[in-house]
Amino acid sequence: MLNNQGRPSRPDTAAASEAATFTGNKALQIEEGLLFEIGQREVTGIDLPEAPVAKSRLGNHGRKTEIGLPGLSEPETMRHYVRLSRQNHAIDLGLYPLGSCTMKHNPRLNERMARLPGFADIHPLQPASTVKGAVDLMADLSHWLLEMTGMETVALSPKAGAHGELCGMVAIRAAIEARGETRGSVLVPESAHGTNPATAALLGYKVIPVPARADGTVDPAAVKERLSSDVAAIMLTNPNTCGLFERDVVEIAEAVHAAGAFFYGDGANFNAIVGKVRPGDLGVDAMHINLHKTFSTPHGGGGPGAGPVVLSKALAPFAPLPFLRRGEGGPVLVETAEATQDGERPFGRLTAFHGQMGMYTRALAYMLSHGADGLKQASEDAVLNANYVRARLSDLFHAPYGDRPCMHEALFDDHSFEGTEITTLDFAKALIDEGYHPMTMYFPLVVHGAMLIEPTESESRASLDLFIAAMRDLMMRAKAGEVEHFRAAPRFAPRRRLDETRAARQPKLAWSEPAPAAAAE
Amino acid sequence: MRYHPLTSDDRRDMLAAIGVTAIDDLFVDVPEDKRLTGLLDLPRGKSEIEVERLMGRLAGRNVAAGSVPFFIGAGAYRHHVPATVDHLIQRSEFLTSYTPYQPEIAQGTLQVLFEFQTQVARLTGMEVANASMYDGSTGTAEAVLMAHRITRRRKAVLSGGLHPHYREVVETLSRIAGDVTHALPADPTATEDILAAIDGETSCVVVQSPSFYGHLIDLKPIAEKAHAVGALLIAVFTEVVALGAIEPPGAQGADIVVGEGQSIGNPLNFGGPYVGLFATREKFVRQMPGRLCGETVDAEGTRGFVLTLSTREQHIRREKATSNICTNSGLCALAFSIHMTLLGERGLTRLAALNHAAASDLADRLAAVQGVAVLNETFFNEFTIRVPGDAATVVERLADKGVLGGVPVSRLEPSRADLSDLIVVAATEVATEDDRAAFADALAAVVAEVL
Repeated sequence: MLNNQGRPSRPDTAAASEAATFTGNKALQIEEGLLFEIGQREVTGIDLPEAPVAKSRLGNHGRKTEIGLPGLSEPETMRHYVRLSRQNHAIDLGLYPLGSCTMKHNPRLNERMARLPGFADIHPLQPASTVKGAVDLMADLSHWLLEMTGMETVALSPKAGAHGELCGMVAIRAAIEARGETRGSVLVPESAHGTNPATAALLGYKVIPVPARADGTVDPAAVKERLSSDVAAIMLTNPNTCGLFERDVVEIAEAVHAAGAFFYGDGANFNAIVGKVRPGDLGVDAMHINLHKTFSTPHGGGGPGAGPVVLSKALAPFAPLPFLRRGEGGPVLVETAEATQDGERPFGRLTAFHGQMGMYTRALAYMLSHGADGLKQASEDAVLNANYVRARLSDLFHAPYGDRPCMHEALFDDHSFEGTEITTLDFAKALIDEGYHPMTMYFPLVVHGAMLIEPTESESRASLDLFIAAMRDLMMRAKAGEVEHFRAAPRFAPRRRLDETRAARQPKLAWSEPAPAAAAE
Repeated sequence: MRYHPLTSDDRRDMLAAIGVTAIDDLFVDVPEDKRLTGLLDLPRGKSEIEVERLMGRLAGRNVAAGSVPFFIGAGAYRHHVPATVDHLIQRSEFLTSYTPYQPEIAQGTLQVLFEFQTQVARLTGMEVANASMYDGSTGTAEAVLMAHRITRRRKAVLSGGLHPHYREVVETLSRIAGDVTHALPADPTATEDILAAIDGETSCVVVQSPSFYGHLIDLKPIAEKAHAVGALLIAVFTEVVALGAIEPPGAQGADIVVGEGQSIGNPLNFGGPYVGLFATREKFVRQMPGRLCGETVDAEGTRGFVLTLSTREQHIRREKATSNICTNSGLCALAFSIHMTLLGERGLTRLAALNHAAASDLADRLAAVQGVAVLNETFFNEFTIRVPGDAATVVERLADKGVLGGVPVSRLEPSRADLSDLIVVAATEVATEDDRAAFADALAAVVAEVL
C-alpha cells in the first residue's frame, strides 16, 4: 500500500493486519476525538449556582448569539486531557536532547513553591504594604542574577527570551540617543538565533551579517571590518549556537566599545558557563537570561518563559518600568515615570504589571537548591556530558568544526550520511522509534543538515550510553543501506510522518462542522 | 547535589573517554584570565527542607487574596479554578514538554492548541486565533504593529478607556518601531469622542470593552468609521469572562480581537505568567504574529496536527519576520482550554451571570455609602467609584482593616490629579455576600474617618 507521498504506508501487510483493531485504539495507545466532536453545549463539568435575578447593567450590550462552546463533565475532561497527554514526549519520559532549547530535569519542589498562596494568589496591584515578600523575592532573584553575571542591574519584566532581547536592544538605543547620537545598524553573526535579526529589524536597525570563520566562531577581523560610527551594537550568542565558546570575545567586545557601540549578549546558552565565567567580565553590556533554560522552569509545551535582562553600568539608567530601587526599608518597586528619581531614565514599559512572578519563584527555588557550588557543577556536568556524546560519536558522525571541545551541546551535520540517501530528517524520525525526542535539526542554519545535541547535566552516564548506542546502531543501519527503515519512520509514534506542506497550503486553523459531502467520503 | 546523576567515578571515566584529564580542559576557549577561580559569592546549595522554609517565609510576608475580602481587578481577576485544571497541567507530558517541533510525538500539545484556537475564535466571534501570546498587553502592541503592516499606515488611535499599562506598552513598542500613537486622555466616564480622532492617516483604532473603568462600549459605530477611512478596529478586553455575557467583538465589526485570558484557568501570580488571546479574520492570517497550529494528515492519511505557516516566523524569515516572538504561553493556554472545556457554553454563561450579579450587588452597596458615587451606567463585573478624598489613602486604610478594596486610579495615572479620587473595583463569583457587606462597611468607616 502506498501513501500520498508514494511511500509504503506500513512496514508490511502482515504487520498491518496485526495492527488493526475494532476501535482503532492499540491497547494503551488510545485515539482521542476533538473536544468539538465529543463535547456538548448542554454539558458542564462545574457546579455553579443560578445567578440571582437582578436588573442587568449590561445596557444593550448583552450577548444575542450563541458562542458554540462544547463542554465535558469532569470525568470526561480528565480522560480527554490524560489521553492527549500520552501522545507527547516530555523530559520526564526520557532524554530530550534539543540543542539550543535546554531540556533538563524540572524539580517539582519549584512547582510547589510557585503554588504557595503567598505567591500564586497575590494581585499585581495590591497595596505595596501587602506584597513585601514578593518584592523581596524579586530583589533576591536580582541579586543572584547579578552575582552570576557580574552586571550592574537587571530588568525583570521581559516575558520571554525574545522579549528580553527587545528590552536590551531598546536600552542600548536609549543610551545612544541620550548621548545625542543616532546609529542605524546592528551586527548579527549568521549563526545567530532568528530572534536576534528579527529584534534588530523590529527596532528599525539595518542588520549587517557577520560570517563565521572555518572553525565556527566569529572572526574579530570580520567584526572590525564592519564596525563604523553607524553601528549601534553587535548581538553575539556565547557560547554560540554551534556549541562553541567565542574565544575572541574579549577582543570583539573591546573593538565594539572602541567604536562607540554596545555588546548585546544573547544569554540563551548561559547554562554552559554559570559559575565558570561572568559575562560582565567579558565586556557584555546587556544580556537576557532565559530562566526556563538555565534555571529549569518547565517549558510547558512552548511557554511561559521569562527573560530578565542584565545591564551594564552604562545601560542601567534606561531599564524599563517597573524596576526595583534600593530603599532604606528594603527594596521598592518603581512603577511609573512620575515616581522616578534623578538618574533613572526608563525607556518605557514592556508589559502590564511586573513580569513572570510564577517563573521567578521557580528559578529562585532552583538557585537556592543548587547554590554557588551546585550551579558550577551543573555547568561542568552539562559540558562534560556534551563532550562525552561528541567524543563517543565522532568516529561515525561528521562534526563540521572538527574535534575541538564543545560547550554544553555537540554539533554534527549531514556529511555523516554521505552515500546513504538518508537525510537528517529521516534520521531524526528513526530516533523517535527508539524512544527519543530527536535532537535539534537544521539549526544552526549555517551548517548543512545540522544535528545539535544538548544532553544537559541531568542525564546519567547510563542514559547517555544507551543514547549513544542507539545513535551508533542507527548510523550503522544507514551505512548498511537500510533506507526503507528510515524513510518509513516513525512507525511507532502516535502519528506517522505528518504532511506539513499540506497544512501550510490549505490552512485549517479551527474546527468547523464537517460538510455532509466530506462525511460521505 | 540531588539533581545531578553523575558520580565522581563517572566524571573521571568520562573525561578519560574524551581524552582530557581535567574538566577545565573542556573550557580551554574561555579566556583564562577571565575564568572564575573559586565559587561565586552566593550561598551553598540547600536541602529541600531548607528551601521550603526560606520560600515559605517570603510567601508569608504577602497577603494572599483568598485570605481577605478581595475586590481588585484592573486587568487581572481572581476566579475559582477547578482542582482538575491544576492537576492536569502538572501532568509530566504537558508540563515538561517543549514547543512541538516533532509533531509525531507532540500530538497531545498540538491537539490542545488546535482546540484552544477554536475556543478563542468562537468566544471572540472571529475566524482564526493563534496559539496565544505572552499576555494581553504585549498582544495589544503586536496587534497595533500588525495593523500597521496591513494598512501601511503608521498612526494608531488609542481610546482613553484602554488599560493605562496597555497604553504604555503600545506606546513603547510603537515608538521603537518608528510609529506614532494618538492616545486620548483617560476617560473614567466614557464620554470621549473617539470617532473624531479617526482620520485618513489612521491605521487602527484600539478600543477596550469593558473599558479600564468598566464601561461597555458600542463598537459598531467605531468599526464603521474606521472601515470608512480604511483603518482597522482592534477590540481589547482584559476580562475574558465578560465574553460569556456580552456581544462578541467579532459581531460588532472588529478586525483584530486581543485580550487577557488569565481569568480562565490561571491564578493571579502577581502579574504573570498570563496568556494573551489573539484572533482575527482569515484574510489577515499571514500577518498574524505568534504560533499557529493547523490540521493535516499523516503518511497513512490519519488526521494530525502541526505547527504551521511558520514562514511568517523569525526562525525562517529572520529580519523580515512578522514579529520576533519565538514562543507562546503554552501551559497557560492549556489551563485556559481545560477550564473552558469544564465550563462549556452553559458553565461560561452562568459564570458570567454570577460575576455580573455579584458586581451589581456590590455597586448598589457601595453607592449607598454616604459620599461615594458609582460612575458607571453600564458594566460587567468591574466599575469605578468616586470617594471623598484621596483614593490611594482610602485603599490603604481599607487594607489596614483587612479588605483589599480595588485599585486607586492614581496608581496607574499619577499625573492626572483630577482622577485622584477614583477607585476601580471588581467583584467576581468568589466574592461572597459577606465579603461584599464587609467591603461596604469598611468603606463607610474609612470614608467617615476621611470626611
